[in-house]
Amino acid sequence: MKRIQTLNSRNLKDSLKVGGCGECQTSCQSACKTSCTVANQHCENKNK
Amino acid sequence: MVHQYKSNGYNIVLDVNSGCVHVVDDLAYDVIAMWENHTPEEITAAMLERYADRPEITRSEVEEVIGDVRALQEDGSLFSDDPYRDAVIDFKQRNAVVKALCLHVAHDCNLGCKYCFADEGEYMGRRALMSYEVGRQALDFLIQNSGSRVNLEVDFFGGEPLMNWDVVKQLVAYGRSQEKEHNKKFRFTITTNGVLLTDEILDFVNKEMGNIVLSIDGRKEVNDRMRPFRNGNGSPYDLIMPKFKKVAESRHQDNYYVRGTYTHFNKDFASDVLHLADEGFKQISVEPVVAAPTEPYAIREEDVPELCAEYDRLAKEILSRRRKGNGFNFFHFMIDLTGGPCIYKRISGCGAGTEYLAVTPWGDLYPCHQFVGNTDFLLGNVYDGIQNKELQDRFKLCNVYARESCKDCFAKFWCSGGCSANAYHFSGDINGSYEIGCELQRKRLECAIMIKAAEAEAAAQEKQES
Repeated sequence: MKRIQTLNSRNLKDSLKVGGCGECQTSCQSACKTSCTVANQHCENKNK
Repeated sequence: MVHQYKSNGYNIVLDVNSGCVHVVDDLAYDVIAMWENHTPEEITAAMLERYADRPEITRSEVEEVIGDVRALQEDGSLFSDDPYRDAVIDFKQRNAVVKALCLHVAHDCNLGCKYCFADEGEYMGRRALMSYEVGRQALDFLIQNSGSRVNLEVDFFGGEPLMNWDVVKQLVAYGRSQEKEHNKKFRFTITTNGVLLTDEILDFVNKEMGNIVLSIDGRKEVNDRMRPFRNGNGSPYDLIMPKFKKVAESRHQDNYYVRGTYTHFNKDFASDVLHLADEGFKQISVEPVVAAPTEPYAIREEDVPELCAEYDRLAKEILSRRRKGNGFNFFHFMIDLTGGPCIYKRISGCGAGTEYLAVTPWGDLYPCHQFVGNTDFLLGNVYDGIQNKELQDRFKLCNVYARESCKDCFAKFWCSGGCSANAYHFSGDINGSYEIGCELQRKRLECAIMIKAAEAEAAAQEKQES
């Protein structure tokens, strides 16, 4: 597509099937403590 | 649901439900803006009229863009639907394990920060240090209530946790001694103001702790105004800055954050972030104060446009520095468009009151550190476990879909519905919202995506040139 560039290949809906293992970091523990930021958390699901 | 905006010369389209980000030219941007409420014929006519002075935009060009948008829609990456609601609410209701504790090892502090939500360390209560016995019981409680979770997080928090350092060391040793038997892995972290930090402490932290959060607000005058010593004499900045530099270098500029708070008094906070970068730090987190509107340093609604302009300034400067090979990470601009957390994580909220709990020096359990001291939110204690199940059930239902204001927000799958404590303090409801915080969160997300767009463009150019 010459006028549209898609930056990411991953669709969030795909994670509906394999996500939810809960091994990832609790968002508030990382570096904020006064907000909730999940966008930069790493997925730690080993069964993806 | 689609959010489109222009930033730093980029036309960006975010498909909220799929998380897909598209960078488009003007014609595609305008076609997408009309997509939901107009027929293809109406869109074509409107585009030919709008771009009448651009002969290269012909009917077939417009029809090609319309075909592309339709293909993306069919592919589920534009104008996609929302299939998450039922799955996630069910997931959260089932999820009853604890995986993270915020251990308040010291309700005491050697600084008198004016914006401290912990009441200068005392949390509206008495000064106290956690005993080893209470801490050990907290770790046992965590192990026993963590189900099959392997990774367990423990943040040593305060007040100032270095005021109870011996207990911190003992608890790390105890945690390690339990890992093998219970098939657990403790991830210890610490949040400190650095006043008592020594080389010996740093050696231990570097050996045992996966992250260290170093509290500093930026420029000396900004830091010392809001983060003075309790007696008001001397400069905390002068004391901690050399120590923090040593921490950063000793950890190879990774797995730490210098973490600041900005207030109404330093609305030009980008200068504080850049000051920290100029001092050599590569991992930086600076975020808005959360305070009652009556406080003179509180962020006000009328500050928001200026603060948003600062985020734009910061984003452009980060890009400029990265191009020169002198970049740094700004925590709130960090997003992962190719991986990142699953949709369950994105919708479930921060986990306060369910998978994340705060422990007071005497072993009481609260939903998170920000509720400590408000006995309406006392959940139980580390000896008897969760006693107030009704309160915990309320937190189990905290998620993006429980918050009315998240319904039409494009940032909802990136902030996870925001902070329940902030929502409670501003709306009286843990499922309410803190609108100033939301506005700034949306701005940060827009900047973060713009940075990704610019980096993708630079990578494509580099590829072309080579």
